[in-house]
Amino acid sequence: MIPGLTGRRAPILPRDAGGEPWLAAVIAVLCFLACLSAVGALAADRAAHGWARQLRAEATVQVRPRVGETGAEAAARAAETLAGVDGVEEAQAMDRKTAEALLRPWIGDAVLPDLPLPFLVTVRLDRDAPASPVSLSRALASAGVDATVDDHSLWRREVERSAGLITVLAAAAFLLTAGAAGAAVAYATRAGMAAQGALIETLSLNGASDGRIAGLFQMRYGLLAAGAGAAGALAAMLVTAFVRFLGGAEGVTPALPVTWSDALILSPCPLLAATVALVAARFAALARLKGRG
Amino acid sequence: MSVQPRRAAETAPAPDTVRLGGVGFGYAETPDVLRDVNLILPAGSFHFLTGPSGAGKSTLLKLLTLAERPVAGSLELFGEDAGSAPRSALPAFRRRMGVVFQDFRLLDHLTAFDNAALPLRLSGAKLDSYSADVEEMLDWVGLGSKLDARPPALSGGEKQRLAIARAVVTGPELIVADEPTGSVDAVMGERLLKLFQTLNKLGTTILIASHDESLAERSGATLLRLENGRVTGGAA
Repeated sequence: MIPGLTGRRAPILPRDAGGEPWLAAVIAVLCFLACLSAVGALAADRAAHGWARQLRAEATVQVRPRVGETGAEAAARAAETLAGVDGVEEAQAMDRKTAEALLRPWIGDAVLPDLPLPFLVTVRLDRDAPASPVSLSRALASAGVDATVDDHSLWRREVERSAGLITVLAAAAFLLTAGAAGAAVAYATRAGMAAQGALIETLSLNGASDGRIAGLFQMRYGLLAAGAGAAGALAAMLVTAFVRFLGGAEGVTPALPVTWSDALILSPCPLLAATVALVAARFAALARLKGRG
Repeated sequence: MSVQPRRAAETAPAPDTVRLGGVGFGYAETPDVLRDVNLILPAGSFHFLTGPSGAGKSTLLKLLTLAERPVAGSLELFGEDAGSAPRSALPAFRRRMGVVFQDFRLLDHLTAFDNAALPLRLSGAKLDSYSADVEEMLDWVGLGSKLDARPPALSGGEKQRLAIARAVVTGPELIVADEPTGSVDAVMGERLLKLFQTLNKLGTTILIASHDESLAERSGATLLRLENGRVTGGAA
């Protein structure tokens, strides 16, 4: 038995063909950052959708009392009318005490008792088939209630726009980090090939095609990126799980409600990192081999 | 020896293995290393290339191995234009030849076995299909007990024998060797010469660049002389 054949054959490329431990560290950090960007985008999107859904399921009606009628009476009449409209789950007149409690954090106690407050009715709509603002207005008009319906659409659009922007920014951060990882691999491939010039020439003169040589570097950096990507993703998973554990279902902040499934979504990261590295290394290697003439 | 040249089985007359017509080559600092070189190596021929240091022997071998391309003239290998062939076509030419470099060009991180098997491995052959041939070849060049040794642990002569084993293990149609006996003792030199003669008898075309003219005379090969950038002798 040939001793050298008892185990696996040594790879044709020597180990550490070009600063590989450092490259692995860089890719792991980039993957960690990309994973956090992805989790951030998911959580921001989830928060925005949650807020928008909540806003869609509510409306606020401002009531103006008729002559001879108090504001509380007008609000109570409006609430009664709205409660009977299809798509409304509950309508409740807001008493002065509740309205003052809402304003107190901004205005304080000093002027609050003298402040004229609008008479409001909060309407909880059916989440699946909410009543439209038009149908609410019509019902109020039919009942002879002078009122303005606010379905929060203005605020909801702002929330959705902001959430969309945050998601796009997070996605851009993810793509930029992936691009940076690709550039790092391409640079390392070129450096590795420069350091292994004599070996590449030997391989060429022994009949290796450019594709075969590029494949060696491609495989080396692809596997390296997969390992580094796994390390980066694992670290990001631990951070995500810790944040979820710390903040519970609501998240550490309402703006970033992290879930357990977010950690699982990061599992394809090693595959993505390997794919980016494979492509980057192949292009860099073939370009360099062509440049050798 | 189980290694067989691919051409041995052919019956039709083979084209000349090497044809150089008016080949010129130079570097930026030395533009006329080779000038108007005309050279024909018929299939199955055995030639020694001699000449003073700096005459351009290594450069001529680089042209034949397609490590460099001629700047003037034509270069045909195995009856096909190799001088202006696209880069993608070069591996096919190189797989039909074995090269022994003066500086051996062994891969230090690979064992002697893996170094000798490199051309076979690069061609995609399976380990099972060549391990016996490689082992036999290494045994023949006296490295049978050092299959697992890496080049840094080998002497100069052992490295040279390993480089020769790698060049001939595929049974190439053309062997190009640059000073293949330069680092071995006289006994091993004769043994290696016998290996080249055996391969030549099997149909392999052989070109050896060497300072040792006595070796060339003992081999019975045709002597070519390279001087002032031109080749004399042989069938040019």
